[in-house]
Amino acid sequence: MIKLFRFAKPYKFLITGVILLVFLQTMADLYLPTLMSDIIDKGVMQGDTGMIMSTGAKMLLVAGIGGIGAILSSFWSAKVAVGFGKILRNQVFTHVSTFSEKEIDRFGTATLITRSTNDITQIQSVFIMMLRMMISAPFMAVGGMMLAYSKDRTLTLVFVVAMPILALVIGFIASKGMPRFKIIQVKLDRVNLVLREKLTGIRVIRAFNQSLYERQRFDEANRDVTDNYIKINRIMAFMMPSMMLVMNLTSLAILWFGIIRIDSGNMAMGSLVAFTQYSMQIMFSMVMLSMMFIMVPRAQAAAVRVLEVLDAHPEIKDPENPVQSSLTRGNVEFRNVTFHYTGAEAPAISNVSFAAGPGEVTAIIGSTGAGKSTVLNLIPRFYDAVSGQVLINGVDVREWSLETLRHKIGYVPQKPVLFSGSISDNLRYGRTDAREEDITKASEIAQADSFIKDFENGYAHSVSQGGTNLSGGQKQRLSIARALVRNPEIYLFDDSFSALDFKTDANLREALKAVTKEATVIIVAQRVGTVMDADRIIVMDEGRVAGIGTHKALLDSCPVYREIVLSQLSEEEIA
Amino acid sequence: MSQNRDSSAQMRDSSRKSMPREDGPRMGPGPRGHGIGTPVEKAKDFKGTLRRLIQFLKPHQAKLILVLILAMASTLFTIAAPKVAGQAMNKLRDGFVAKNVVQQMIPVQEAAAKEIKAMQSSEALPMDAETKTKLENFLDLPLLTEAEDGETKAMILTQMFGIAETLPQVSTGSDPAGSPVNPADTMTPEQLDDTLRAVRETNGRIDFSAIGTIAILLLAMYVLSAGFSLATGLVMSGVAQKTVYDLRKMVDEKLERLPLSYFDKRTHGEILSRMTNDVDTISGTLQQSLTQLITAVVQLVGFIVMMLTISLPLTLIVLVSLPLYIFATLFVTKRSQKYFKAQQKSMGQLSGHVEEMYSGHRIVRAFGQEEESVQKFKEVNDALYEAGWKAQFVSGTLFPVMGFISNLAYVVIAVIGGLFMTRSILNLGDITAFIQYSRSFTHPIVQTANIANVVQSTIACAERVFEVLDEQEEVNPVLFAADGHRAPTLAPVQQTCGAVELEDISFRYVDHEPLIEHMSLKVDQGHTVAIVGPTGAGKTTLVNLLMRFYELKGGRITIDGLDIAKMPREALRSRFGMVLQDTWLFNGTIKENIAYGRQGATDEEIVEAAKAAHADHFIRTLPEGYDTVLNEEASNISQGQKQLLTIARAILSDPAIMILDEATSNVDTRTEHLIQKAMNRLMENRTSFVIAHRLSTIREAEVILVMNKGTIVEVGSHDELLRRGGFYADLYQSQFAGAMVEASA
Repeated sequence: MIKLFRFAKPYKFLITGVILLVFLQTMADLYLPTLMSDIIDKGVMQGDTGMIMSTGAKMLLVAGIGGIGAILSSFWSAKVAVGFGKILRNQVFTHVSTFSEKEIDRFGTATLITRSTNDITQIQSVFIMMLRMMISAPFMAVGGMMLAYSKDRTLTLVFVVAMPILALVIGFIASKGMPRFKIIQVKLDRVNLVLREKLTGIRVIRAFNQSLYERQRFDEANRDVTDNYIKINRIMAFMMPSMMLVMNLTSLAILWFGIIRIDSGNMAMGSLVAFTQYSMQIMFSMVMLSMMFIMVPRAQAAAVRVLEVLDAHPEIKDPENPVQSSLTRGNVEFRNVTFHYTGAEAPAISNVSFAAGPGEVTAIIGSTGAGKSTVLNLIPRFYDAVSGQVLINGVDVREWSLETLRHKIGYVPQKPVLFSGSISDNLRYGRTDAREEDITKASEIAQADSFIKDFENGYAHSVSQGGTNLSGGQKQRLSIARALVRNPEIYLFDDSFSALDFKTDANLREALKAVTKEATVIIVAQRVGTVMDADRIIVMDEGRVAGIGTHKALLDSCPVYREIVLSQLSEEEIA
Repeated sequence: MSQNRDSSAQMRDSSRKSMPREDGPRMGPGPRGHGIGTPVEKAKDFKGTLRRLIQFLKPHQAKLILVLILAMASTLFTIAAPKVAGQAMNKLRDGFVAKNVVQQMIPVQEAAAKEIKAMQSSEALPMDAETKTKLENFLDLPLLTEAEDGETKAMILTQMFGIAETLPQVSTGSDPAGSPVNPADTMTPEQLDDTLRAVRETNGRIDFSAIGTIAILLLAMYVLSAGFSLATGLVMSGVAQKTVYDLRKMVDEKLERLPLSYFDKRTHGEILSRMTNDVDTISGTLQQSLTQLITAVVQLVGFIVMMLTISLPLTLIVLVSLPLYIFATLFVTKRSQKYFKAQQKSMGQLSGHVEEMYSGHRIVRAFGQEEESVQKFKEVNDALYEAGWKAQFVSGTLFPVMGFISNLAYVVIAVIGGLFMTRSILNLGDITAFIQYSRSFTHPIVQTANIANVVQSTIACAERVFEVLDEQEEVNPVLFAADGHRAPTLAPVQQTCGAVELEDISFRYVDHEPLIEHMSLKVDQGHTVAIVGPTGAGKTTLVNLLMRFYELKGGRITIDGLDIAKMPREALRSRFGMVLQDTWLFNGTIKENIAYGRQGATDEEIVEAAKAAHADHFIRTLPEGYDTVLNEEASNISQGQKQLLTIARAILSDPAIMILDEATSNVDTRTEHLIQKAMNRLMENRTSFVIAHRLSTIREAEVILVMNKGTIVEVGSHDELLRRGGFYADLYQSQFAGAMVEASA
């Protein structure tokens, strides 16, 4: 957590200010009981109204100063802590933006999201608590002790007994309770899991008449979480009463021993009142501190997670002296390329070599896990090859700047990703300055124009987050159109026609031919129908190239290809 | 105390596609510190929902009354304690004063006696008989040091206090030679009386036995109060959690009876959030706020009562400050609410953006939009900062402001209290007790304000939950007729042959968009119906109708001559088997997942079904075999393997009619081959409805239903339809013919 505080640097003066203000406020809070005891000792006891008035005025002044200090420190600590959170969020988000797929894979999207939002919020709120309470608690405890000591030394012995007892009580209950919170979380997750399964599987559950079984499954989880909640609530129910009891007994002890001290003439009456006040303040600061002990480790865990992100450095970076331009365009070449995913036993692809040029369609086919997508991923440097070279226009991809390289490429992912915004915003994503005609033309080719026009607002139709208001096929066509708008040198289609029916697929590929005449097209596909008329089919099998050639040639020469074709078309259709 | 929820749960929350409510940082689990930190949602019908929620607590009435009594008892003790402690202070003060005065008077008496003796012996001054008697009387007084009881001491003191008047000649108190001062000179008559009373009562000593009794009383009160408070918590934890358990159970069982259209219209996140977040909020409120509310109200009333017993005028001062507190609380919370709302909105936007950018990271990078993305993030983050610090600041001012008001009240009380004390209207203990009450007074006020907010949010949550409970359920014919005999519609399953007939059916999902109008179709036992059409043509509609996931708008569907609308759903569905593209398996063992097809299936039958589905082989290669637990996302087996398991499940259920979806996406070719074989096996001798993707299936089907844009556009056999040259012929040419020709070339 301390490491993160370097991001609070811009606020170091404000933080100092806050500390001073909190100190001021604490001193005021501590001085008040003294004044109160004065009012009682010298004013009330003596019936000296003038004294009460003047001390009262002093008290109000002190309270006013303390109040203003508190408000000012609240103002600055809010600015500091929330500002710190803002800086941290910016840092993390900007940093993640530079990540390559490898780092994204390493963390996982879900946890990266949590780390950029919730974890930072948690750190921020603990930071606020620290500024407000953790600074004042020690001041309060130490100051209170000193003042109590100055009022009566012997009586402070009560604290020596009371404080450890309080700490022990809180510690004991917390140590019994805290681990259970984790258990509860697991049980709650279970309830959520069962429920989510019930929702996603609702058709199956009903079709198989398994409602009763599901009801029992849920009931089990429900009962389990309830029982655990009851247990933990029973444990936590001890917290407040026992804390209050310790505090009350402490003040009782102070009263009793104080009376003895007063009787022996060692203490003034008013001091007893003040002493009791101090004891309460000290005890409360103890409670605050113990809260911090519970909160800080949680923030600590969040801080560690955030730091992990900040400490991860993207492996794929711009070269120092990037190549600016090349003589040819649209040439893609793989030379003995091998690639391992981190932690994987076997290479995802090994010794892959091929070359593709402008005006050509290269199709990659193979079963799942054969390494088709991996081949594509190496071209825009989502990943870097472990050995061998990927060349674009004769230049190693690692020598291009990422921006130049990716500018050459129109990538259509396997799972279409759209962003919230209008359809035309989405289509313009790759080229912000695209003209109206470019957009319409691209959507026509992608067979998206017709359904876009069916929307009430046409191209202004808004896409919800994750594109949930569009069907899979529509999303896929939009994501193809988006790549077309870019008008790149190289098109990469990663199984991008899978959600389209055969007819749309065929129309789309037909329309594509016209625009991709100049460009290099690389298609990853599962369907034989999609790849059949490609200029070059690369058959992948378990990470290796099993054959390269045209449909006809491969049908004769490549058994793997033949098997794939056979599984999709019946014997008679081929024969 | 509020803990931020464990991050793992949040990860899952945020990764879920669309959560309808952006909850921001969630509190929990369990008891939550709500209050000033969270924006308040308002319920549409506050009263009605509140009444319903109270209904839920009815079964726990007895316990709730117990909680009420316990909480009140506990609070009463805490309320009474300062007053009792004040008694001790009074005793202390009396004893202290009396002791002081006696101590002070001893030298005065001695000095006076000496002086009088001197006066008597010197006879320097002329004295009348009266004075003489007085002087003698004074000398006859027992010495304070020798007096035994309080009465005597008080009597002596009375004489001595009066000495200035009765014997002005005696110079005590004004002797310049420094003889002891008579305190009577500086005190008001009331104080003198009070002092004398104190001496009488305490005998000039601090009365340890009386104070001791009070201390023991206090000790008992503290222990009892803690005990009652603990008991409140213990009882309440059961009540709250059991209520929530019932609520969850009710919603769960309600979901079972809701028609599928309910689920199709809503995201899973939306439904889940009602079941989890909303119910959790209710649980937290019941657990904590209810007791807090009772305590706060009792405290508020109790404090006022106790203050009244001490002093009416002082209480009035406190009551005058009450509107100040309320005003301050309202002012601060109202303003902070505004910022908290803005903060939550920004937080929602920020999370949305982060989620979008991270999940689309590859696209962002491929299209070089990193800078724009960071730019947008910074904008939202700035807005979040603005709202965030203001919310923190404004809510942070509440306590200083309240503290100041409290201090102000303190000073006023001290001034007036001091005045009262000089007139002996109040004793010190009364003042200290009163001050404690007046200072504790702020606590229940702030708490009530917070609870008011919590209750509002809770009612809004409860309202959403009740909305689910109020949804229209799907109608289901009763399994048994009124006379207790089996309804005739429930023919034993074995007799089902699987002849299906659609008679003049009409259907629409939305009222103004007719999809199927007056369609009739007869499917003989063992025949196959292939449903074809482009993506998004609504091929699952027919499945929805056959299984009665949705209700017909007109006409009827019969199975072996029985109207399915008159069958109990269970009876209808037991006739069907279903294998969908979307393979649904649950978090359990493979064996359990296959056995899902038929409860009570033996292990042999399960293995048999797996073999028939070509799944046995891969299952055996798994380390735990049939006992392998499928993890949450079932990602420990491949998509194709999942499909094989769903086929095995359908085989085990051995239905008369099969519904199949042939689509196999993301499946490698070898597995696909197996799936195909297993499916063929499944269709053997069964009436089958197949969402067809394979030419062979289509060609062998007795009937083809061609669908487009949700409606059935053509019906007929392959040859008939080709001859017709309509939509099907077109579809067939573009989809299959090309592939066939090329392949055969």
